[in-house]
Amino acid sequence: MKVAVDVPSYVKCRQSCRASMSAVRCWRFKRNVKDVSEEELFAPGHRGCAGCGCTVAMRLALKASGKNTIATHATGCMEVVSSPYPETAWRIPWIHVAFENSAAVASGVEAALKALGKKDKVNVIAFGGDGGTVDIGFQALSGAMERGHDLTYICYDNEAYMNTGVQRSGSTPFGAATTTSPVGAVSLGNDRPKKDLPAIVAAHGVGYVATASVAFPLDYYEKVKRAIAHKGPSYIHVHSSCPPGWGIPSEKSIEILRLAVDTGMWVLYEIVDGKGRITYKPATKHPVEEYLKVQKRFRHLDDETIAKIQESIDKRWSELFED
Amino acid sequence: MATDVIHGSKAVAEAVKLCDVDVIAAYPITPQTRISESLAKFAATGAIRAEYIKVESEHSAMSACIGASATGARTFTATSSQGLAYMFELLFVASGMRLPIVMANANRALSAPLNIWNDQQDSVSARDCGWIQIYVETNQEALDSVIQAYRISENHEILIPSMVCLDGYVLTHTMEPVDIPEQDLIEKYLPPFKPALSLDPDSPITLGAFANPSTYMEFRYEQQKAIERSFKAIEAAGKEYGKLTGREYGLLEEYNLDDAEIVLITMGSLAGTVKETLASLNDRRIGLLRVRAFRPFPKDDVRRLLKDVDKVAVIEKDISVGLGEGALFSEIKSSLYGLDSQPSMAGFIAGLGGRDVTPEDIAGVVKKVEKGFEGTGWVGLK
Ligand SMILES: Cc1ncc(C[n+]2csc(CCOP(=O)(O)OP(=O)(O)O)c2C)c(N)n1
Ligand code: SF4
Ligand SMILES: [Mg+2]
Repeated sequence: MKVAVDVPSYVKCRQSCRASMSAVRCWRFKRNVKDVSEEELFAPGHRGCAGCGCTVAMRLALKASGKNTIATHATGCMEVVSSPYPETAWRIPWIHVAFENSAAVASGVEAALKALGKKDKVNVIAFGGDGGTVDIGFQALSGAMERGHDLTYICYDNEAYMNTGVQRSGSTPFGAATTTSPVGAVSLGNDRPKKDLPAIVAAHGVGYVATASVAFPLDYYEKVKRAIAHKGPSYIHVHSSCPPGWGIPSEKSIEILRLAVDTGMWVLYEIVDGKGRITYKPATKHPVEEYLKVQKRFRHLDDETIAKIQESIDKRWSELFED
Repeated sequence: MATDVIHGSKAVAEAVKLCDVDVIAAYPITPQTRISESLAKFAATGAIRAEYIKVESEHSAMSACIGASATGARTFTATSSQGLAYMFELLFVASGMRLPIVMANANRALSAPLNIWNDQQDSVSARDCGWIQIYVETNQEALDSVIQAYRISENHEILIPSMVCLDGYVLTHTMEPVDIPEQDLIEKYLPPFKPALSLDPDSPITLGAFANPSTYMEFRYEQQKAIERSFKAIEAAGKEYGKLTGREYGLLEEYNLDDAEIVLITMGSLAGTVKETLASLNDRRIGLLRVRAFRPFPKDDVRRLLKDVDKVAVIEKDISVGLGEGALFSEIKSSLYGLDSQPSMAGFIAGLGGRDVTPEDIAGVVKKVEKGFEGTGWVGLK
């Protein structure tokens, strides 16, 4: 579970701020909540579950990129909840084609805008879930990133195939129970660690790569702004909660997402032109058990397994946060 | 008008150049590769202004064409066999979204066993994807058909993507004299692309929404109605093209049908071999009906042309395994269903995986049906 990010000590975040998570003011980015656009381009009334973190990821992304945006979307929860014909939650031009090709469709959109002389005026965002990005859409994503299209890919990672009923994806964390990694006499749930996709995208030489969390809205908002401003391909991987898929109460959705960061299960960073930096350092490191025990998908884990998870987090934590 | 002696692949590329395409996305596969290579060369030398996306797969080629077409660009791709099969789910999306994408398919056999040579199993298997399918006989027709395809597909009454199918190697890699029309002539024939709807921040639309059982069927119905309208549009585009170039095209080509008692039916370049054979047999009782438009399938015209004929023999390069006959034979039979006096009917599978179909083979088919053969048969089977 090593993050293959080069984090020079001088860029490590020393603010230990908790402000960004309360959505008031992020020290690192000097971004104030008042700077966030009030325009709602992802309309309310979509079919997302109560407490769905992913819909917040959509909404904030569009606030950051503004109305001069064309978005493409992979099949998945966010596509389904937002576009039941003849209704739509999208107040920007939006296209869904299939599960595995959001990046390829976005390549076409970008090329068309170029050919028609409109690219300077329009941002292109490709959205995909973790399945549509790290698994079945991986090839199309890799191709689009490698070809250097001027577009931003945003993967909202809810850590399983939620739309089809919580099956395991390559992004499902170690130990999580899903319907295809069930717990049984000879199974502890998902037996593989989470695929480190941001690092793989960074290995393409992509100029702007960032991880984010819906529980840190200003951090995420700023990263989308930066990704869009970056000429060429950019990539954001945003950790997003799914109450039914994770087995958590809707009202705890953001709190638990925040715990992912505070325990070190999820780390917020950005890699700009190959240079990585942590954008948020938790004030105190919470034991991972706090994150695991509040979610049904992890509830079966025994002490030994939890210790194993803690160990891998500790290792990464010391690499990232301790000089 | 300049005449050049060129491969079918080059003829397709020349057509794309004449159509001033905005976005090309293509992936190499034999025997299509030379189309994408020629276009890459055009792009590299500035001969075309298109954005050329060197995609990492055919799946992404069609995905990128869908994205580009939806953004208001005239788009082109080309593929073959495994590539077309790899695009399969997206063929339905392109037609379902009513995007006027044009694609050339270099007809090639499908694996397994791996085979890079010509038959028409690939595009015939994609017949229900909602695309217009035109099968061409010559390199000239390949060029002419790509140009006509844009005119047909982009017609706001139609808005159905088109596949121009040319036989791999037999056409793609064979030199023939081809007239390349002047640019200004084609500009007159093909107006700049005006999308019916496009992804535009000034008037946002949602494309690719999901439709539940209360709305889905109507989308398919509308598609069927639109492709029915394309019968007329294909004929009109072929006629108009004839006025400008002297080469007229339709849904079907009738050859020696006036007094024909036996009619051979086929698609693509095999029609050339049949014409050769018929010319040497020099028998007014034997004619050829070449199916140029396989989708939409001109049932009514087929019925009209064959209703007084004695015998019909279909020769085709595809098979519906499990049914034991080719798709064209099935369509012809269903077109003649319920006639008072049906011709006797025979369907022959020929040329799979690039096996040569010779004039002797064709003469053999004629002999067989003359003797009263009915049902299905194989040509050149060892
Ligand atoms: C080619 C293909 N295979 C499978 C599916 C079925 N399918 C639709 S959405 C989905 C899972 C989506 O998972 P993810 O990308 O993580 O998005 P989420 O639903 O979790 O938001 C699957 C398996 C499909 N639509 N297309
Ligand atoms: S299932 Fe999960 S991801 Fe899908 S809408 Fe509900 S909360 Fe969101
Ligand atoms: Mg998911």
